[in-house]
Amino acid sequence: MSSQAVTRPLVDEGLVKAMIVAAMAWFLLAIVAGLLFSLQFLQHYPFPTIEWLSPGRVRFVHTNMIAYGFLVNGLLAGVTWAIPRLTGRPLLFKRFSWVLFWAWQVLVVLTFTGLLTGHAQGVEWGETPTGFRPGAFNLKDMNWAPVDILVVIAFIFVSINYYTPVILSKSKAMYVSLWYFSAGFVWTALTYVMGNFFPEYFLPGAAGAAVTGLFIHDLVGLFVTPMGWGLMYYFVPLILKKPIWSHGLSLIGFWALAFFYPLNGVHHFLWSPIPMYAQYGAVISTIAVEVVVTTVVVNFFATIVGSGEALRDSLPIRWFYTGMIFYFTTCLQCAVQVTLTVQKIIHFSDWVVGHSHLVMFGVFGFWVLGMMVHLWPKLTGNAWYNPRLNHWHFWLSAVGMFIMFWDLIIAGLVQGYEWQALAPWEQSIISSAPFWMVRTLSGTMIVVAQFIFAYNMWMTARGARSRLYVAAPQPA
Amino acid sequence: MERFSTVFLVAGVAFFGFSIFVMAWLPFENMRDIPHQSLTHLGQKVSPEFAQLAKMFPDSFKKYYPAGVTPTSYAKALRLGRDTYIAEACWHCHSQYVRPVSNESIRFGPVSVAAEYSNDLQLPQLFGTRRVGPDLIREHGKHTNDWHVAHFWNPPDVVPVSVMPRYPWFYEAAPTEAEPDRYVLNERGIAIVTYVQWLGSWLEEYPATLYNLNAEGAR
Repeated sequence: MSSQAVTRPLVDEGLVKAMIVAAMAWFLLAIVAGLLFSLQFLQHYPFPTIEWLSPGRVRFVHTNMIAYGFLVNGLLAGVTWAIPRLTGRPLLFKRFSWVLFWAWQVLVVLTFTGLLTGHAQGVEWGETPTGFRPGAFNLKDMNWAPVDILVVIAFIFVSINYYTPVILSKSKAMYVSLWYFSAGFVWTALTYVMGNFFPEYFLPGAAGAAVTGLFIHDLVGLFVTPMGWGLMYYFVPLILKKPIWSHGLSLIGFWALAFFYPLNGVHHFLWSPIPMYAQYGAVISTIAVEVVVTTVVVNFFATIVGSGEALRDSLPIRWFYTGMIFYFTTCLQCAVQVTLTVQKIIHFSDWVVGHSHLVMFGVFGFWVLGMMVHLWPKLTGNAWYNPRLNHWHFWLSAVGMFIMFWDLIIAGLVQGYEWQALAPWEQSIISSAPFWMVRTLSGTMIVVAQFIFAYNMWMTARGARSRLYVAAPQPA
Repeated sequence: MERFSTVFLVAGVAFFGFSIFVMAWLPFENMRDIPHQSLTHLGQKVSPEFAQLAKMFPDSFKKYYPAGVTPTSYAKALRLGRDTYIAEACWHCHSQYVRPVSNESIRFGPVSVAAEYSNDLQLPQLFGTRRVGPDLIREHGKHTNDWHVAHFWNPPDVVPVSVMPRYPWFYEAAPTEAEPDRYVLNERGIAIVTYVQWLGSWLEEYPATLYNLNAEGAR
């Protein structure tokens, strides 16, 4: 810490705590929505005639609450914890940070309500309501809260809030985490504006599809990924009590990601009417990202060499490194599935659904959860109510994710080949049925795991200790 | 390379700007010559399916489309149908483009081209990324209005294995016990059927697809 008089605590721990609680609450809602939606595929949807619980609308809730409820709150909780510690300065706003926090929750509530009442925007993963009907950008046609515009305004304040300590920091060279955060905030704002306004008002058809593809991908690559890796570069060395293996590799990883990742998006619409050079470019830069990812993963695995026991002893480290293995898997998969040859079969199928679940839950969800496991006792000042429940949480989540991934990957291949073979469409539904059943079961495992964790968090916050848990004797 | 200004300006702004230039602006510039069709223009070619819906549901039609079977009513129905298609997440399980691979042109019809998408109803574009159900861009005329009316009420009634949700809120009222087959569409119901029947109606002739061939074989 610098010697200057700090008039308030460096980190507003109450805010971090509130963000974690909000993240967890939205997360539970999102995964219940996902599980509910999966029942439609078994022809057993419990509310088939209730309009606002229509399966399609519930699916919007699943993906949007994960992005804007769970990941934004969860990742920002980590960033709120890390940035002041890395810069030696608190965030710019003290009370206004809380205003921003609550404003964000209101926006998520508005999005949730808007999606269920039929005001979704036709942009995948950006279904947050626009408030204005396309082609008529005027107040008269506004039929819902303009969530998109409010998100942009809120995010500008959020960026100012988090950038200020970085800019005012006395040290000349920033630590790796701060590179990711510094780029991540401006990327997020630009990505959101690009995806939510241009295809809706200015760019129809194929030109709009190119931009929508960029949006879907950039929300993962330019918001979630930089925040996630930034936090890994912060928490992993801290918990392992050793520096990251190679500074040079982290430089390569960051700059190559910054260059190649934004070029990937069009790969969501391969073999579409978008000009082919854009599609070829997207394929090549996607494969390039795989090389980048390898450097980052090598860096982290070289860091843990010699401290392997941490995987057993430290639950956060286990979450982080399991997430990294899934990350490498998903990126390797991406380098293969993105090719035009493989796209012929797997595009439009459940393969893609498996891929996206592995990325969003298996990687970034795992990192956020690991961070929560690490931070929650510090924030509440209490030891875990029952550490064994946290192990159940980990194993149910990890095994559930593993099953869901392979289940959907195989389902995707079955569907893709049946479509290509010109089997009647109904055949692909019949063949998918057992896979969809397994998907629901593995999803149930994941949902149960999160409720166990939420219960453990709740009891820990109350300062309770489980009678069932007897602490293992500590080695002398 | 490790300063805030470098990271912010080069990685944050310049690299992102470069990606927009290559991946968004260049394709846009390439396709700029394609004429854009307004909704009013699309409404001019009133479909026979829309006229038939007016006859099938005279009361609802008069109530919601008082102008009758006109380009204005048709445009209104297309817009509302498209909005409903978005609000109900139809586009999360049905794509709207035929690829030149995987025998899709045999299954669905002619491969999609960019010019088909340069219109007000593709703002935002509805290409879609997942097919639980089939692609819909060549849907025009593949099924009758009657089929769609029964299908939206309860898809498994028509296609037993279907996992498509029910949409009872597209109807004025539930069919009565006395007349179990009498479905009456409401405003949104008429609009969504009109919209789905519009998809692909701009093609010069009915495409010879697997669906047609099967249907002929069955006859």
